Amino acid sequence: MSGIILETRHMRMAFGGLVIFEGIDFALRRGERHAIIGPNGAGKTTFVNLVTGLLKPISGTIWLDGQDVTRQSPQQRVKSGLVRTFQINSLFKALNPLESVLLALLERDGRGRIAWQKVAAEKQQIDEAMALLARFGLAGDAYTLTDSLAYGKQRLLEIVLALALKPKVLLLDEPAAGLSTQQGHEVFSQLANLPGDTAILFIEHDMNLVFQYADIVSVFAAGSMVLQDSPENVRKSPRVREVYLGA
Amino acid sequence: MSVMEPAPAAVSQSGHDYFATLARWKIWEILFWAALAGCYFVPEMDRMLMSRVIIWGLFAMSLDILLGYRGIPSLGHAVFFGTGAYVAGFCGKYGWSEPISALFFAMAVAAALGWLTGKLVQRVAGVGLLMVTLGLNLILFDFVLRSTDLTGGDDGLQGIVIAPVLNMFRFDIYGRTAFWYALVVSFILFIATRILVNSPFGLALIGARENPRRMITLGAPVEGDVSRAFMIAAAIAGAAGALLTQTTQTVAPPTLSFQRSADVLVILIIGGAGRLYGGFIGAIVFILLQDYLSSISPVYWYFWIGLLLVVIVSFFRKGLLPSLDALLQRFIKRKPDAPS
Repeated sequence: MSGIILETRHMRMAFGGLVIFEGIDFALRRGERHAIIGPNGAGKTTFVNLVTGLLKPISGTIWLDGQDVTRQSPQQRVKSGLVRTFQINSLFKALNPLESVLLALLERDGRGRIAWQKVAAEKQQIDEAMALLARFGLAGDAYTLTDSLAYGKQRLLEIVLALALKPKVLLLDEPAAGLSTQQGHEVFSQLANLPGDTAILFIEHDMNLVFQYADIVSVFAAGSMVLQDSPENVRKSPRVREVYLGA
Repeated sequence: MSVMEPAPAAVSQSGHDYFATLARWKIWEILFWAALAGCYFVPEMDRMLMSRVIIWGLFAMSLDILLGYRGIPSLGHAVFFGTGAYVAGFCGKYGWSEPISALFFAMAVAAALGWLTGKLVQRVAGVGLLMVTLGLNLILFDFVLRSTDLTGGDDGLQGIVIAPVLNMFRFDIYGRTAFWYALVVSFILFIATRILVNSPFGLALIGARENPRRMITLGAPVEGDVSRAFMIAAAIAGAAGALLTQTTQTVAPPTLSFQRSADVLVILIIGGAGRLYGGFIGAIVFILLQDYLSSISPVYWYFWIGLLLVVIVSFFRKGLLPSLDALLQRFIKRKPDAPS
C-alpha cells in the first residue's frame, strides 16, 4: 500500500466519559486532495489534533509514510512532513510576516538553534520568505505587525507558514473560514499549484470549495466516518443530507 | 494577489536590509557604553558603587533573556547569581585565586544548574513557574545558611583571596580594578547576548514567547529551548555573581536570597524587559537610588523603591526604556509635520 501516505487504524478517542471516536479507520493517498465535511461536533478538528500529535489517542495507531508515528511528538511528525494550519489563526502577534515565515523556514532547514550569527546572515531563507510572501500578495505587508494585519491577510499568513515547511501532507482546518468567496478561491487555486505529490486534507464548510477542489470527500458525523466517496456521489447522497439536516 | 511570481530583487533586498538594520549598532548604544566607561574619570565618583551598578545590570540582563525574550518569569534567578558568587568564593578560598579562569568555572557551574532547572520547569507555565523557581531559591538559600561548615552560614565565606587580574591589576579599596574588570566582563557578555538575541535562536525564543503552540507545529523543540535559555541566562547570572565576589572579596547568603531574586525582577521591570538595555537602565536607577535613600534613612528605603515600582508600572507600563523610546519615536514622527 505504498500509495497511502497517512493512515489511522482503529483510532479511539474520548474526553473523560465523552467518546469522540469509537475507532476510526482513515487513509489519505499521496497527492490526494481530500476534504472532510460534517456538522459541528463531528470530531473533525479533534481528528486533526490527533493525527498531528497535539492530542494522544486512547488506542489505535497512526501511520505516516509507512511509519507508526503514534508515539512520536508533534515536532517529529512535522519533520516527517506532516504540517497543519489552525481553524482559529495561531500566529506570532508581535512579529511581522517576514519574521514569522523566516521562523518556519529556519526550523525547516534546522537552523533555528544557531545562536552565534545574525539572522541577516540567513540570506537564502530571507529570499525564500520574501518570495513566498510575494506569491500570496503579502510582500507589501512584510514589515507590518501581524497583530495589525487585516483578518484575510492573517488567514493567508496562517497558510503561508504551513507551506513554508514544504509539507508532504498538509492538513488545513477550515482554511477559508472568514474569507470572502473570492479570497477563498484564491487560496485554493494557490493550493492547487502545489507539487502534485503533496497530499492535502482539508476541513471545509463551503461546499462550493469542497466540490470544486476535492478529489474525494469524507463525511464525519458524531465521531464516525459515515461516507467516503467522490464529490459528485457525496453531493447526491441522501445519507449526507440526513447527517446535516437530521432525519 | 500576484500569482506565482518570484519576489523582485528589490523586495528581497529590503528583507536583507531589514534584518541588517535590526542588528546594527545604534549611536545611542555606543554613547551608553562610552558614558558608563566615562564614569571612571568623573572626580569623586564612587567606583565601587559603579561596579555594583554594572554587575546588577548584567544580572538583570540575564533575566531579560528569560523574561523579555522567552517570556518566562522567574522568582528564583538569585539561585544562579548566588551559585556563581559562591563558586568564585570557594575558588578564592581554596587557592584558585586567578580571577578569569575562576569566573569561567563559576559560569560553567551556574550553567549546569540552569540547564537542570530548565529541564525541571520546561513543562510548567505561568504561576507554576513562579512557584517552582521560588521553591528552588528557598531550598538553596536554606541549604547555604544551614551548611555552616561549608559556607560559613550567616557570616559568609572567610579568607577569599583574589589574585590580580592578568597578574597586573590588583583589586584595591578604591575600586579601580573592580570597575574596569566588571565593565569589561559585562561588556563582553553583553555583546555575546546581543548576538544571541539577533540570531535565529533569538528569533525562535521570541516566537515561542509569542505562541509556543505554533512553534511546536513548525517543528521547533520548544521545551529544549527552555532549557537552553535557562542555561545561557544562568551562566550570565553566575558571571555577575562571581564578579561581585571577586570585586568585593566577600560572599554571604544574601547573594542568593529571595530578596535578591525579587530585586533583580524589580530592576528589569523598572528598566523595561525585552530590550537588552532595560536591565542596565533599571540597575542605574535602582542601585543609585538605593544608595542615596539608604544614606538618608537606612531603614525605610524600601518604601521609596516600592513607591517607584508602583509609579513606573502604573504610568510607564512597560518600564522606562520602552516609554522613552515611544516618546522619542513620536518626536521623530512629528518633526517632518512641523509647521514651516
